[in-house]
Amino acid sequence: MYLKLFLTFLQIGAFSFGGGYGMISLIREKVLSYGWLTEEELLNMIAVAESTPGPIAVNMATFVGSAQGGFWGAILATLGVVFPSFLIILFIAALMRNLLKFAGVKAFLGGIRPCIIGLILATAITTFISTAIGLSSVGDMPSIDVRGIIIFAVLIAIGVVTKRVFKKNPSPILMILISAGFGTLLYSL
Amino acid sequence: MRKMKGCVSLFFTMLKIGLFTFGGGYAMLALLENEFVEKKKWMEKEEFLDVAAIAESTPGPIAINAATYVGYKTARTIGAVIATLGVCIPSFVIIFAISLFFDAFLSLRMVAYAFKGIQICVVYLILTAGLKMLKQMEKTVFNVILLSATLICMLLVSLFAVKFSTIFMILICGACGIVVYLLGKIKKGEKQ
Repeated sequence: MYLKLFLTFLQIGAFSFGGGYGMISLIREKVLSYGWLTEEELLNMIAVAESTPGPIAVNMATFVGSAQGGFWGAILATLGVVFPSFLIILFIAALMRNLLKFAGVKAFLGGIRPCIIGLILATAITTFISTAIGLSSVGDMPSIDVRGIIIFAVLIAIGVVTKRVFKKNPSPILMILISAGFGTLLYSL
Repeated sequence: MRKMKGCVSLFFTMLKIGLFTFGGGYAMLALLENEFVEKKKWMEKEEFLDVAAIAESTPGPIAINAATYVGYKTARTIGAVIATLGVCIPSFVIIFAISLFFDAFLSLRMVAYAFKGIQICVVYLILTAGLKMLKQMEKTVFNVILLSATLICMLLVSLFAVKFSTIFMILICGACGIVVYLLGKIKKGEKQ
């Protein structure tokens, strides 16, 4: 159990490019396939990770680790996710300051960048389909969550308006608070 | 002795940064720059730009990458360990405390409703993060093909519940990058 937590987060740490959102697709795949979290729990966890300080990846690792294996689970998952970056950066800083300037490495990273964007968009679409439309694979009967879709539409509208008026994206925490308000209102009706 | 003092100062600075950055890596890069380049003058501006580039393109959380690098620059391996620990400890403590009470908190009906709304919001946040990166991406034929291929492939994988790890997808796309680079080089060689 502990070993599995550590090794899983080691993999997540080693293969996640592009920061917090870049690793969500990989974390989602792992925690759903091991049955560590349901889709809803995962989304709750991302919201908590996003609205507390610190690196999103560390937050998620601590949360999953703690839910699965208590204090030591949390420690091992966090160490696992941090360890690969730590080693790679130490290696670059100490020995290979020019690693990123090699053409081969550049080409490899150049291929990964669009891939990560594709992964993030695919994660957004599949989680939308599974939470708002209630389909997690083609065989399921859809159960459409009208309230969820309304909230989604409201958030998009707020996002578009803020971008027009203030020329920047609304802060994630503000959006989380707004959606919490709408959630309480709509689902208790 | 001076080194000790430097390490203590490094640790507390990282602790502070870990405690006050909301919203992940990019927010943290700005704070790190403010602390290490402007206030403490432990690094040059240009050196920091290097750090930012390295932190973004190596795997792992951007914040951890940047902290490890800055720590190493300040006090070698010990510095790297101290900086990484410092930046992780606040999140760890906060999240661990939350995780102990979270289930009890969610069993309140109103809170559960609020979180149903929040779940939708997270989907929105993931989508906007992806769209923002899409906007910044250079729209070369190569990038667009890889992006669409990944998107379609992952959607099919999840809809038909096929077992296919995103790790393979990442490695395949990286390999495509190298193949295209080599092909380009061969072409250039022919012309000369």
